[in-house]
Amino acid sequence: MSGGLSLSVANTLAGLMVLASFLMIYQDRLSALINVLAAHAFVLALAVAWQAHVQDAPELYVTAAITLGFKAMALPMALRRIIVRLGLHREIEAVTGVGLTVLAGIGLVALSLDVMLPVTAHADPLTREDVTLALSVVLLGLLMMVTRRNAVSQVAAFLSLENGIDLAAAAAQGMPMVVEISVAFSLLVAFLVIGIFLFRIRERFDSVDVRALDAFRGERR
Amino acid sequence: MIALAGILGAPLIGAALLAAIPGYRLSARCNVLASLVAFAAALLLLHHRPQAGRFMLVDDLNVVFIVLSTFVGFTTSLFSASYIGHELATLRLTPAYLRFYHAMYQLMMFGMNLALVSNNIGLMWVAVELATLSTVMMVGIYRTHEALEAAWKYFILGSVGIALALFGTILVYLAARPVVGGGLDGMAWTVLLMHAAGFDPALLDVAFVFLLLGYGTKVGLAPMHAWLPDAHAEGPTPISAVLSGLLLNVALYALLRFKMLLAACPGGIAPGPLMIALGLASLLFASLMLYRRRDIKRLFAYSSIEHMGIIVFAFGMAGPLGNFAGLLQMVMHSLTKSAIFFSVGHVAQVKGTQRIAEMGGLTESHPLLGWGLVAGVAAIAGMPPFGVFTSEFLVISSTFARAPLLAVLLVLGLLLALGALLLRLSSVAFGPVRGGTGPTGASFVPMFAHLALVLVAGIYLPAPLVAWFQHIAALLG
Repeated sequence: MSGGLSLSVANTLAGLMVLASFLMIYQDRLSALINVLAAHAFVLALAVAWQAHVQDAPELYVTAAITLGFKAMALPMALRRIIVRLGLHREIEAVTGVGLTVLAGIGLVALSLDVMLPVTAHADPLTREDVTLALSVVLLGLLMMVTRRNAVSQVAAFLSLENGIDLAAAAAQGMPMVVEISVAFSLLVAFLVIGIFLFRIRERFDSVDVRALDAFRGERR
Repeated sequence: MIALAGILGAPLIGAALLAAIPGYRLSARCNVLASLVAFAAALLLLHHRPQAGRFMLVDDLNVVFIVLSTFVGFTTSLFSASYIGHELATLRLTPAYLRFYHAMYQLMMFGMNLALVSNNIGLMWVAVELATLSTVMMVGIYRTHEALEAAWKYFILGSVGIALALFGTILVYLAARPVVGGGLDGMAWTVLLMHAAGFDPALLDVAFVFLLLGYGTKVGLAPMHAWLPDAHAEGPTPISAVLSGLLLNVALYALLRFKMLLAACPGGIAPGPLMIALGLASLLFASLMLYRRRDIKRLFAYSSIEHMGIIVFAFGMAGPLGNFAGLLQMVMHSLTKSAIFFSVGHVAQVKGTQRIAEMGGLTESHPLLGWGLVAGVAAIAGMPPFGVFTSEFLVISSTFARAPLLAVLLVLGLLLALGALLLRLSSVAFGPVRGGTGPTGASFVPMFAHLALVLVAGIYLPAPLVAWFQHIAALLG
C-alpha cells in the first residue's frame, strides 16, 4: 500500500468527522442530532480501523469494534429511547446564533491547524494530521457544549468531544491499549451517570432543559 | 507490596462490602475500619517503599500526598459516622442511599489512592476520572433541585476538564514516543522523566496547556471553578471535606508531575508564568467573591478556591522556597479546611440551615463547636500561631524577594479574604443566638485533632519534616 493512499484515506475519514461535528452544531432537532452523532461515531470506527490497518496494530481493531458496537449503535439507541420516553423526539431546540456559532467553529478549526501542525512537524504525517483534526473535533464539541441548553444535546456534544479524543489516541502510534479500553469503559460509566441524571431531572422538573435547572442557583438573593 | 495492597485493596474491598451491609451502625464502623487500614498501610510506606513497577510508583513526592489523603480520609470517615446518623434520623437519607453513600466513599478513596500511586499517566487519568464520577454521585445524593443542579454542573465541567487532560496526556505520549518508543514505557513517569530532555519541546508545551486547563478545572482554578462552590454546598458535608481536602490535591499532584516533566525538558516554555497567572486570578477572584456569600458551605468553598490559587501561585514561583511554601500550604489547607467542614457540618445540623443570616451566637449556644469553628477560621485566614500563617508568610516573603509587584497583589488578595472571613465569622460565632440550640451529638475528635496538628505545625515544624519537604521542593525544580 502506498503511503499516499493510506494518508489520504485517513485524512478523508478524519475530515468527515469534522464535517459531522459541524452538522451537529446547527442541528436543532434532537432525533436528527442523535443520528448525526451515530454517524460521527461510525466514521470514528472506520478511522480507527484504518489506523489499525495502516499501523498493523491488531489491538486497534478491538477499539474500532468497541466504537462501532457501543458508540455508533448502543449509545444512540439508548439516547433515542430516552428522548422518546421523555417525549422530546419531536422537540425542536431553539439554537440561537447558528451562523455565528458555525463561524466560530471555522475559527476553531483554523486555530487547531495553526497550533498543531507546527508543533508536530517531526511526527509521522499520518499521526500529525489525524491529531490535528482530532483537536478540531474536540474544540467543536466544546463549542457545542457551551451553545446548547438542552441536557440531551449537551450529552451528545460531550460524546462527540470524546470521539475526537479517541481519534487522537488511535493516531498516536503504539499507544498502550490500557487507555483505549478505559476510555470505552469510562464512557459507559459516564453514560450510566448521565442516564440516571436525565431520569432524575425528568422526574423532578418535567423538563430536560438545563435552563430549568438554572433557576435554582442554590443561593437565592 | 503489602502497603500498596493495603492502600488500594482496603478501599476496594470496603466498597464492595459496604454496598452489601444494610445496618447504619455496622456500615459506618466498616467505613471507618477500611479507612483506618488504608491509613495504616500508608504509614508503612513511610517506613519501607516498594520498588517502582510498571504501573505503581512510590517516591518522595507522592508519599506526602498518600499519607495526607489517607489520614484525612480516615478522620472524615469518623466525622461522617456522626454526621450521617443525624441525616438518617432527620430522614434526609434513606438506608438504601446510605449504603450507596458508603460504597461511593470508599470507591472515591480507591480512585484517589490509585491516582497517587500510579506510575502511568494513562492509569492516573483513569483513576482521577473514577474519583470524579464517584463524587458526582455523592454530590447529587440528596436529590433536591439544588443538589441535582450542582451534580450536573460538576459532572459536565468535570468531564470536559478530564477530557482535555486526556488530550494532553496523548500529546505527552506523542512527544515521548520518538525517544522512548511505543508501548507502556511511553507512559511511565519514571521512564518519561528520565528521557524528558530529548522530547520535542513545542509538543510538550501544547500538552501542558491542555493538562493545565484540564486538571486545573479539577483543582478549581478561576475561570474553570464554577462547579466547585455548588458541589461543596449541596452534597453531604463529609464530601465537601474530602473534595476540598483531598480531591483538589490529587488534581494538583497530577499537574505537579507534568510540571516536573516540562522542567526537565530544556527549550520548553516555563510553566511558572501560566501557573502564577491562574493562581493569582483565582486568589483575587475568590477573595472578592467571599464577601457576597450567604451560604456557609459556599463561603468555605470559595475559600478553597482562594487557597488553591495561593498554592498554584507558590508552585508557579517555584525555586526551593516557593515549592516548599506551596507544599506546606497544601498540607495545612487540607487539614484546616476539612476541620472547618467537620464543624460546619454539625453547625448546619443544629441550626437546621446553611444560611449565614439565620445562624448566630454559636460560641454561646454550642461553645465547643463554636470555638472550634473560630479556631478553624482563624487558621484558614492565616492568623498566627497556626500553620497556614507560616506557609503564607513563606509564600509572601519568597515572592517579595523576587517579584515585589506580584507580592503586593498576593497580599491584597490575602487581606481581602481575611476581612471577608472575619466579617462572616463574627456574625456566626458571636452576637445574639439565632437558629436552633439543640444538642449536637457531634464527635469533636476529628476536628480538634486536625486543628491541633495545624497549631503544632505553626509553632514548631520538626526538623526531619522540614528536611524531607526541602528535598521534595528541590525535586520539583
